[in-house]
Amino acid sequence: MSRVSKFAARDPGSAARMVGFMAHLRSHGLRLGVGETATALSALTHVSAADPVAARHALRAVCTGSAEDVQSFDDLFDAFWLNGGRVLQKVIPTAQTGDDAVHSSRNAKTENQAAGEGALSTPDGGEGESEADGEGKLVASLVTATLKKDLRDLVDPEDIAEAQKIARNLGAALRDRRSRRRKAARRGDQIHFRKLIRQSLATGGEPLRLPRKKRPDRPLKIVAICDVSGSMTVYAQVFLAFIAGLMRGDDTADAYLFHTRLVRISDALRDRDAMRALGRLSLLADGFGGGSRIGGSLTDFARGYARRFVDGRTVVMILSDGYDTDTPDLISDALSALKRRGCKIIWLNPLKGWDGYEPVARGMAAALPHLDLFRAANTLADLAALEPELVRL
Amino acid sequence: MTHIELQAALAATGYIAGDDLAVAMHLAISLGRPLLVEGAAGVGKTDLARAISSVRDTALIRLQCYEGLDASQAIYEWNYQRQLLSIRAAAEDGVTGRAVEERIFSDEFLLERPLLKAIRQKAPPVLLIDEIDRADEEFEAYLLEVLSEFQITIPEMGTITATSRPIVILTANGTRDLSDALRRRCLYAHVEYPDRATELAILKARCPEVEAALGRQIIGFVQSLRKEGLEKTPGIAEMLDFAAALMGLGIADLTDDPVLLQASLSTLLKTQRDRDNITTEITQRLAGVAA
Repeated sequence: MSRVSKFAARDPGSAARMVGFMAHLRSHGLRLGVGETATALSALTHVSAADPVAARHALRAVCTGSAEDVQSFDDLFDAFWLNGGRVLQKVIPTAQTGDDAVHSSRNAKTENQAAGEGALSTPDGGEGESEADGEGKLVASLVTATLKKDLRDLVDPEDIAEAQKIARNLGAALRDRRSRRRKAARRGDQIHFRKLIRQSLATGGEPLRLPRKKRPDRPLKIVAICDVSGSMTVYAQVFLAFIAGLMRGDDTADAYLFHTRLVRISDALRDRDAMRALGRLSLLADGFGGGSRIGGSLTDFARGYARRFVDGRTVVMILSDGYDTDTPDLISDALSALKRRGCKIIWLNPLKGWDGYEPVARGMAAALPHLDLFRAANTLADLAALEPELVRL
Repeated sequence: MTHIELQAALAATGYIAGDDLAVAMHLAISLGRPLLVEGAAGVGKTDLARAISSVRDTALIRLQCYEGLDASQAIYEWNYQRQLLSIRAAAEDGVTGRAVEERIFSDEFLLERPLLKAIRQKAPPVLLIDEIDRADEEFEAYLLEVLSEFQITIPEMGTITATSRPIVILTANGTRDLSDALRRRCLYAHVEYPDRATELAILKARCPEVEAALGRQIIGFVQSLRKEGLEKTPGIAEMLDFAAALMGLGIADLTDDPVLLQASLSTLLKTQRDRDNITTEITQRLAGVAA
């Protein structure tokens, strides 16, 4: 390969080029620090850096950290080091969507590529496919609702008090999860030998007291995600009361709602005055009762908030009817990404309570394989009845 | 040793590594960084550690991770029974106080577990931390400290610093996301199922007695079986078992005996549904294509 820089005199040096490459990777979503730049430079001293293949493997080992990173790395590498702009397109036919805009400039090209792959930036439309969506069309619409609803008209304080009680019970049911790691405890089932030896030193090797250890209970965190799109309006009353109760009953719980976009509502709902909390929520939930983008919203969640708030000790509770304007693949991908964080996923669908209901909405069908529990819920009583199921989860 | 030499040395022990894995491993050794290897089950992640340890002629220390793995199984544990006996003996000898304490919290009473053992070797060993994604977050966080400092603190004895830096290989199946912090500490390699040529080379290295024609059929068959959307895709180990089974049954050509071939599928298909889905007809079709 004879790809010699045309402007050798202007070459700022290898370190500066590496810094440029790192900035290029960072701008495409790879998470790299200053340390990686240094590691990458020293890595190149251990392989023949002039050999593009070896250099590519070496930089890939340093700069990537997951299977997704590896997938996008090759294109990013080509784009930066191998004149990946216009020239590349003539030389190597890559899997790109034929887009006219790519001829304009190098930057435009790389951004385009990222959007095309869909892995690096959040797809914000999916409008193309949504037209083809069959089943969901009746109720779900892409139109963001213009009319504003005040949630206070929907939910009354007694409901919240009732929901708070139920939420607390559910939280307690989930809480009863035992850790495998033992800790010192007054009434444990095993002897804590380390402590025993320490204490028996004082009594000449005579273990007078037997300190014990046990498997402590570990709290599970509940994250509730509520669908408030048009198709869900009738059930929103119940679910929002439930979430309001959940947030007030459980300090670690976290709540979100979505219609055409995802909003975090935890802080608003923790307001001491229950009705004022709903008032604040109404302001946040601009677009309430409008279209639904379940796939897009769940993807946003899995890529964004979930990184911070979801771990192996989390139960993600999705309250939605599964009627979606996004493609079903989006839901499936988002849930499997979520699942990889180790959490449990519960989907409560109000329609499931109907006689003869089948999860035919394509979104729902796509979600099913990833769920730990799929139940009906359209009244507070239904939610209360979930308790024994959650214990078994 | 360059990465090409390393690749050749690995091949000599029967481990065929792709270019990217060889470069990553070479860098991990020369930069002294842990290597995180991800990929589906059965692509030879664990076997890489064995091969490296035999190339470098050092000990292989393995830590199998599981949920609830804690310090007493991963790092060290005191030998409590001996400690108790020793305290009693000390009391009878009239030794008391500090002397007893120094005696029972010494090396003699320390049970080394893999992590401690790995940093106290004379020659740098290979430390394999297998299936790190099965361990819980607490252990992952602890591992970060060990992997960056290579030192372990035992309250009764003080800090133990590594006498030699082990070559660390972590493996993960991608069942759970690992923390970004851990990923950043490590170099990364993603291992895919091998392509036809590589897998054929593996078969030749491991089962040299398989004839070339049958070998090509076996690889063709297994490679197309992987595309059938199975619940549990057969890995390299399964392929080798399959080859051994065919050798044992004296089959020289896959298309010869449909019944025997179907029976020998028990080495490749490991769930009930996969067995039901891959019927004799499908097996014959795949074998026919491979032949």
